[in-house]
Amino acid sequence: MFDIKNSENIENVKQQKNNFAASFFSLKRISDKNPGDLIFENITRFFAFVVLSLVFLMAYEMTKASLPAIEKFGLKFVTGKEWDPVLDNYGALPYIFGTLFSSLLALLISLPLSVGVAIFLSEIAPRWIEQPLSLLVEMLAAIPSIVYGLFGIFVMIPWLRNEVEPFLAEKFGFLPFFQGPPYGFGMLAAALILSIMILPIITSISRDIMKAIPASQREAAFALGATKWETIKIVLTGSKSGILGATLLGLGRAVGETMAVTMVIGNRADISWSLFDPGHTMASVLANEFAEASSEIYVSALIEIALLLFIITIILNSIARLVVWSVTKKYKTAKV
Amino acid sequence: MKNRIMLFVISIIGLMLISCTSKEQKNPEAQLKLNGAGATFPYVIYSKWFDVYHNQAGVEFNYQSIGSGGGVKQVIEGTVDFGASDAPMSEEEMKAVMDKQETEILHIPTIMGAVVVTYNMKQVGKGLKLTPEIISDIFLGKVTKWNDSKITAVNSGKKLPNEPIIVTHRSDGSGTTNIFTDYLSKVSNEWKDKVGTGKSVNWPVGLGGKGNEGVAGLVKQTEGSIGYVELAYAVQNKLDYALLKNKAGNFIEPTFESVSAAAEGAINNMPADLRVSLTNTDGKDSYPISGFTWLLVYKNMKDRQKMDALKTFLKWALTDGESYAKDLYYAPLPKEVVKLCQKKVDLITLKK
Repeated sequence: MFDIKNSENIENVKQQKNNFAASFFSLKRISDKNPGDLIFENITRFFAFVVLSLVFLMAYEMTKASLPAIEKFGLKFVTGKEWDPVLDNYGALPYIFGTLFSSLLALLISLPLSVGVAIFLSEIAPRWIEQPLSLLVEMLAAIPSIVYGLFGIFVMIPWLRNEVEPFLAEKFGFLPFFQGPPYGFGMLAAALILSIMILPIITSISRDIMKAIPASQREAAFALGATKWETIKIVLTGSKSGILGATLLGLGRAVGETMAVTMVIGNRADISWSLFDPGHTMASVLANEFAEASSEIYVSALIEIALLLFIITIILNSIARLVVWSVTKKYKTAKV
Repeated sequence: MKNRIMLFVISIIGLMLISCTSKEQKNPEAQLKLNGAGATFPYVIYSKWFDVYHNQAGVEFNYQSIGSGGGVKQVIEGTVDFGASDAPMSEEEMKAVMDKQETEILHIPTIMGAVVVTYNMKQVGKGLKLTPEIISDIFLGKVTKWNDSKITAVNSGKKLPNEPIIVTHRSDGSGTTNIFTDYLSKVSNEWKDKVGTGKSVNWPVGLGGKGNEGVAGLVKQTEGSIGYVELAYAVQNKLDYALLKNKAGNFIEPTFESVSAAAEGAINNMPADLRVSLTNTDGKDSYPISGFTWLLVYKNMKDRQKMDALKTFLKWALTDGESYAKDLYYAPLPKEVVKLCQKKVDLITLKK
């Protein structure tokens, strides 16, 4: 993957940093630490640096490998709609669109459901229901995505094709979102599968956030004569930004999901607002075409897609982390 | 407790020693190992060959089915002793081998495969007939209904519904797509200009499925759909497939015999390097969407032991090995082609 020289360089830099950290450390506090602790701390510090350097190494390698495509297509790579491996002409817009559209749709379906479940779990359910139910919700996250894909193909898609899509076309056919023949395979199927897959992460984080709201607030609301619903509203206001963070984490998961989406989305690189039409995502084009990509520019174009996906997920996740941190900080300081 | 751990460690070391010595006793040449990588399509028969041959001759093979593209890459980089591919290497790729490994590459056909056009229409059942023109028009999106006059003209006995044709194709890069699009480019100029030949192409219409199983899943799930899969996959899964009109004008069912006949039909025009496409070949019984799969070997090898082992293996595979083909749903090479391949194997020499 990467040449040895580079990795050595990075290793050197890492060691220098490590030495610096160690010396800094020893100057200050060596007297009151026993050597075992010192070694242990430095080992863990080294591991942390390994993780960090892995991320940078990946970014560096992907950028390097996608340079031919970046140079050849420039910005047209992001705005181009044609993806033609025969003529070596690549534009990634349909994949970027497909990734964002399917993920946002999934969020639209999943968010009310997840927040509803989270409210029930944290505010309404008695303990004996709450615990097994939370466990079940979290277990949804442990199901391998290929199983979701198979469930999609054999159970969900026939149902979509025969029941849901004809119904939607009949009642809401005037909207641009419900046009075209009902294949079953397509954007709607992908969005539904994704919404099930991101439900556990949004639910469990939202529930934890709501539980973090001090009980005194609820008690105060009740003492003032608030109803159950009014109290929940107060809790929701307090945990708004936390739920937003959870949502963004869910979005990050949806953006990166590959296997289940590939199996149900129909894999067609078109840009269409209709939920019935097949689409394609960045992750699924990588899974589909990378193994057999032969020409240099083809591989490079695929790696550029990977780089774009990497950037999108990093941005989403950083925003999510920032939001979650800010809200937990607020409550920690509030408690003191 | 400590004793128990010691016992465990000792027993493991003992087991390792036993396994080492027993292997050495079994055959002294066990160190000789040939590494290969490439196509997934022939993986089943290759692993059968490697297994049987290992027991006979004691030469070990390590074959990784990473895909034809990957196989070619590894051959160029020289990280394997041989490669395998469903599509012949391009001139550029062969030049890259020349530059990096300083040797020519020989393409040795091993077995044959075919691509069948599969469809899902309960009313029609088995035995739909299709002409090259109809297939290319369907995949170009020009024929969109099952009762199009072009289709009804060649299927006089069948009742074709007034339903839309739902086109499906492979979404992953594959040798199957390569053979299929090669065929379409040969029979339709419009296809050649608009789409072309490749392991992945820019499809004018249709839904994509990943792998043979993905396309078969789409077709099985969708009434009125049409797609293409490997012959072996269609036979094993009992899919309905179409009879295709070949160059001689006969409607041919895809069978191992009609696929082998495609190679026989091409024997007179076979180029010396055997990098030949077998789509739309001559011969009255030839199935038109057939193809070879190749082993890619270096003409000049560095290691004498490995060279000898590979040569004897190839000769064995081309003769005795071919008999395993039909049981594993592959079409064997016709005898004339085997002779040409054996001559190729003789060309492998030691690098000076």
